[in-house]
Amino acid sequence: MLKAEHLSFRHHSQQRWILQDFSLELAKGEVVGLTGPSGLGKTTIGKLLAGYLQPTQGKITCNGQPLPSSSYCPVQMIFQNPELAVNPRWRISKILAEGQPPSDDLLAALGIHQSWLNRYPHELSGGELQRIAVARSLNSHTRYLIADEMTAMLDANTQALIWQVVIKYAKEHEVGILAISHEAPLLKRLCNRTIDLSTLIYQIR
Amino acid sequence: MLSVQNLSVSFTMYDVGLTQKQLSVITDLDIEINSGEVVAVVGSSGSGKSLLAHAILGILPHNAQISGQIIFQGEALIPERQAKLRGKQIALIPQSVSYLDPLMRVGSQVHRAGRLSGLPNTKASQVVDWVFDRYSLAPSVKQQYPFQISGGMARRVLVATAAVGHAELIIADEPTPGLHPDVVVETLKHLRELADDGKGVMLITHDLEAALQVADKVAVFYAGTTLEIAAALDFTSGNLRHPYTQALWRSLPQNEFIPVPGSQPSPEALPVGCLFGDRCSLATEACREARPQVRIVRDAPVRCIHVES
Repeated sequence: MLKAEHLSFRHHSQQRWILQDFSLELAKGEVVGLTGPSGLGKTTIGKLLAGYLQPTQGKITCNGQPLPSSSYCPVQMIFQNPELAVNPRWRISKILAEGQPPSDDLLAALGIHQSWLNRYPHELSGGELQRIAVARSLNSHTRYLIADEMTAMLDANTQALIWQVVIKYAKEHEVGILAISHEAPLLKRLCNRTIDLSTLIYQIR
Repeated sequence: MLSVQNLSVSFTMYDVGLTQKQLSVITDLDIEINSGEVVAVVGSSGSGKSLLAHAILGILPHNAQISGQIIFQGEALIPERQAKLRGKQIALIPQSVSYLDPLMRVGSQVHRAGRLSGLPNTKASQVVDWVFDRYSLAPSVKQQYPFQISGGMARRVLVATAAVGHAELIIADEPTPGLHPDVVVETLKHLRELADDGKGVMLITHDLEAALQVADKVAVFYAGTTLEIAAALDFTSGNLRHPYTQALWRSLPQNEFIPVPGSQPSPEALPVGCLFGDRCSLATEACREARPQVRIVRDAPVRCIHVES
């Protein structure tokens, strides 16, 4: 269980709250959607859960333990722009080996060609590079996945291809997923339940 | 208004040492846009959508070779004519809000776009007031800098820079990704209005759903060529011709969400035959031997030898 209790966040004590009193429980193997207009803190929630940001108030636990501060985080985040999430000076094979080298089956399921492995990130298209980012995150240390607009930049076919692989992997390995998206039909297709941040904030007020 | 025939674009690149190689990124592409029409150009990244826009505007890098014809208002678009017309007769709505000058007030930027398109100074000021009003931007917004306005407002400013002049053809390059649905609908509505005023609009996007909301025709790009140019209505009425277009439609989350496995061939290893051949369930020996020529099937051009009328 990935558990966020009463999370609040602001960058500085003089600045406005970006997120206030947000709680979430994500069970293993569960797919939960997170939606709402821009500027309500969807990406901030993702970054808090994946340990990129520390909550100003509240706490996050993964299976009862706080998130590790130095070792591999069991909560992994996949971003909208893959070219910003990889080291531009590394070859793809090195990028993939950053976590735990993915199996050949996973590479094949994502349609990753062996010939891509020797290239640099700028030599792949956005859709191709996002497959690499997904393959890097899907390993046995990852228990929860935050997919922040993971396929918003991609065409419908690539979107369906990547999501089918991720959902199948998550089912087999009981990985919990938080899918952040603006696209209602996509969330309806993927998720067990969806949290709408605009109504949630409205309810609290 | 705009007619692109048999367009091919290739880049000369260095391979190993001083040996050069040709990378063909657009092959035998045809597309036509009439005034009053929104034509969506839909395809995955790397399919040549933005390169087409750059070829029309004449802003491809120096190592690009172009063959084929681009005809705008009855005359060939040669480099000199492109330099004269871009920003005036042909306007671009760029992909990202970061194309606005961060150090210049938005009112001045729209005014400058008007001046560059050939309006005299006072006339440009009037037109700026008019477009701000048209896109529900308060007059006070003119005094603000890009960082002070919201993403949705910045989108409207970008549309305003294209609408301020007398452009007949407007090219919108990925104007909607990552935006909230309300802002997407609004941006698309503005493009539709420009077409209804008699302009031609080319909407470049990977978002098929967004395209279908406003477009009259949808050109489906794949690995640098058009596989099919279908009417928007063909999608919902099940009248699609090419297997790839059908697959694209099926893969939407609100439809079946079933993808075609594999990926688009890279420009370095284009097959001799049909570009979609390695992923197509209908592919036969004939498909692998030669590129299918454009056929007119049920009133629309398509590159597939298997579609029946």
